[in-house]
Order: sequence, then C-alpha cells, then structure tokens
Amino acid sequence: MTLRTDPVTINFGPHHPSTHGVFQMRITADGEVITNLEPVMGYLHRGCEKLSEGRTYTQVVPLTDRLDYLSPMSNNVACVLAAERLGDIPVPERAEYIRVIMAELQRLANHCAMTGFLLNDLGTFFTLFHYTMREREKILDLFEMTCGTRVTVSYMRPGGVLQDLPEEFLPRLRALLDEMPHRIDDYEALITQNEIVLARTKGVGVMSKELAIAAGCSGPMLRGSGVKWDIRKNDTYSIYDRFQFDIPVGTNGDVYDRYWVRIQEMRQSLRILEQAYRDIPQGEVRTRLPLFFRLPSGEAYGRIEAPKGELGFYLVSDGGIAPYRMHVRAPSFINLGVLRDLTVGYTVADAVITLGSVDIVLGEVDR
Amino acid sequence: MTLLLNADEVAPRLRDRYPDAVLEAKGSSLLVRRERLLEVARFLRDTEGLDFDYPCMVTAVDWWDYFDVVYYLNSLTRNHSLYLKTRAYGRELPAVPSLVEVWRGCDFQEREVYDLMGIRFEGHPNLKRILLWEGFEGHPLRKDFIG
Repeated sequence: MTLRTDPVTINFGPHHPSTHGVFQMRITADGEVITNLEPVMGYLHRGCEKLSEGRTYTQVVPLTDRLDYLSPMSNNVACVLAAERLGDIPVPERAEYIRVIMAELQRLANHCAMTGFLLNDLGTFFTLFHYTMREREKILDLFEMTCGTRVTVSYMRPGGVLQDLPEEFLPRLRALLDEMPHRIDDYEALITQNEIVLARTKGVGVMSKELAIAAGCSGPMLRGSGVKWDIRKNDTYSIYDRFQFDIPVGTNGDVYDRYWVRIQEMRQSLRILEQAYRDIPQGEVRTRLPLFFRLPSGEAYGRIEAPKGELGFYLVSDGGIAPYRMHVRAPSFINLGVLRDLTVGYTVADAVITLGSVDIVLGEVDR
Repeated sequence: MTLLLNADEVAPRLRDRYPDAVLEAKGSSLLVRRERLLEVARFLRDTEGLDFDYPCMVTAVDWWDYFDVVYYLNSLTRNHSLYLKTRAYGRELPAVPSLVEVWRGCDFQEREVYDLMGIRFEGHPNLKRILLWEGFEGHPLRKDFIG
C-alpha cells in the first residue's frame, strides 16, 4: 500500500535563529522531503547603493561596515580598492601590509563564527560555538585596539588606513599567531572526524562544479566544489603576490567539503599573517588627499577575496566628489541563487545545514 | 592577474558572425545592440578562446536618456574578463533580453536590477521584485526617484 501525503508549505523564518538573520525560506515539503524552496529576502534592505550617491568617497566607507557585519574590514578594503583603481591613488607600503593583516584576521574571525554557527545548526547548541567565539573575541580586541571599534571599524581610507597600528598591536598579534594553530587543532578534533558530523554533512547539499561556475558562486562555495579559483591568486590585488599560500579545494561539493575548505583556509591565513608579521616595514600609512577629492569620470571594478567569496565594488564616477553609481557585488546574495538546487530532494533538517554552509550575512544579501 | 580584454580585439570576431551587433567597442567595454544581446552572450560563452563561463556581476546605470545594463563577465578557464553592455531606452519599464538561459547566475541579479532600476528582462522565468515588496511604487536606484 502506498501512502499519499499532501504537500505542506513551511514558512521557515524570517524570525528563526537558524536562518542567520531575517531571511525566509518558503519550503514546500512532501512529508519530510523538500519539493520546492523559495528564498525570500529584503527584510534588511537599507538602500546602501542609493545612500552612497550622496556621500563622498570617504563617507561611503562606514556604509560598507554594515554590509557583511561579520567581516567589515574586508568590505572596507574592497570599497577603497575600487576608488583607488579609478583615481590611480597610491597606497604606502606599510598600509598595504596593515590591510593584508586586517583582511586575514577578518577571515579567521569570519570562519570561526561560521564554523560555530554550522555546528549550532547541526544541533550541538553552543558547544563549539563558545570556543570559536573565544578566538573571534581576541581578533575583535585587536581591531578595537587599532581603531576604537570592534565591528563598525571604518578603518580603511582611500590611499591607506585611518591611523598607524598602536605599539602593543604586534606583540598581541604574535601571541595570537602562536596560539591559533592549536585552537584550530582543537576544532578539528571536535568536528573533522566526528561520526555524527560526517553522517549529517557528507553527501548533503551537493553542488556540481558546472553549476557552481554557471551560477556565479564564489569563495568556499566554489572551491568546495573543486574549482581552484581565488581572487588573491587569480586576480591578485594589494600585495598578495608576495605571500606564499595554497588554495584548498574540495572534491564532492557537499556541506562537509565547504566546512573543510574553510578550516584549511584558516590555516593558510595564518601562514600569510606569519609572513606579513615578519616583513611589515616602517613608514607612512596614508597618502594625503584633499577632504573632498574628486575621481576622474569613468568606471572601475575593485574586487577582493572576502571570507564569503568575491566581493566587488563597481564604481561609476562623473568627475564629482561622490559616486555617480556604486554597485556592490555581494557574494552571499549570489551564492544564495543555488540554494533551491542544493536543498530540493533533501529533508528539512538538511536544508538548515545547507543554508549554514552557504554562510550568508543578511546585511550583505539585502544591502 | 585577470586580463581585462580589449573590446577592439573581440569586436571583429563578433562582426564576422553578427555584422550589426556591435555598436561601440571602447576600452574593455563592448556595447551591443539590444536585439542581439542573447546571440552575443551565447557567442561569448561558447566560442573557443573566449570561453566566458562565469557571470560575475550584473548591474545597471541610469544616464537619464537611457540605461546602461552592464554585465561583467569572466572566464575562469582563460582568466580574462570583459564588460558587456547594452542600452535600454525609455523611462516606462524599458526592456532588454534576459540572459538567464545563458548563465544561471544572472537570475537573482537581473531580478535585483528590475526591482531597483526598473528594467524589464524579457524571457526571465521569474521576474518579480526581490529586495522590495510587491506593491512598492517606483524603482529607488533611478536618478529621478525621491524617497
């Protein structure tokens, strides 16, 4: 005898902790199996692109903190990179090193948070999360020491950074670099070979290489599916060509591979930080520019490998002191485009961890 | 380093196939006729040596007289890029062809452009607002929008 079930519509979110913000998944389920999923977003839309049209290029930087609020430093870097490309603004050597240090610390902090959240989604409520947040806290302390704030940093400026590192920054960074590899070992001891984690994440939310490329996925989503593409190497910016590091890639493109890629990226970030710590020179940290500087008319696209993927700022200038048009190519938003393909055919519980492995931040999705 | 292709080098290859498609090739932007956009996109994706397989970014710029619809394309295999542009005229929901059938990744991005800039993408399988709610009046990223 076959049992017939009626399709059920589940409004998952927007007020649900596992949607990582105000995000809604409208799931149609046949019993426990998902037959359709529609992502609904926009609850956090603040019109960042429109707001930027009435602000100078320096005043745009604070807006970018509020995009991906788990990695504000990276957003800052991408934003000023586009302005610097358009205006051919030089950046002092020390400032470049500071940017690399900040961006890589930010990647560590983001992946710490993401790994903790993923385990939350799996049901180990706040066990691993407490450990990963402990390390993220230390990184935020370094940011606070440098620019006074922990999340809304606004630290980058066109032509450099706001101010030089405080005296105690580098010793504290050294201590973190000595400690962090052991902490990542601890995370791995808890997760990587954990039988329950393997059972829940292997073969779940599988994305093929071809789909990842055609859908424009980037970051760990793309690399988890086995595509070796990292903007730091393939479209190198700042001074990333001076550092030795590898690009970890997955093989199956499932939730587990995306987790694994992120853990390996943390180790590679530590390698970059070690080299930057060793080589950072003395000197100026900011090119002096007028308060209301103008950029020549034209267009420029500045992109970086942010923790979540390719973060790009497309700037169009008409020669004024503010952008004529600014568009943010947000990795979380574009990575969400495949969510339906990754979840249909799996169970509702699997959809939760698949969404967790995409690693979205709604500030960036909705902008 | 991703090589930004010179539009002058791509344009002749396109002209052989579609003589009327290219309107302007300046720097690294290739401006094509709206009616030919779909064919050009397929050509860019499938031609050996171009291989634009990765739709990096889709956006639009309001120039009052017309809208520029901008596609920033990448080839992950060849590591090069190009700006593909087309123009949409008129203020009352102007239209350009949708490229979703060529690159899946255009889906959400075209919906965003429709939502915020008010450009209709003909042939899009699910063209509705994505960030704002149904029933919102106007398109906020247009220059004449007053919030």
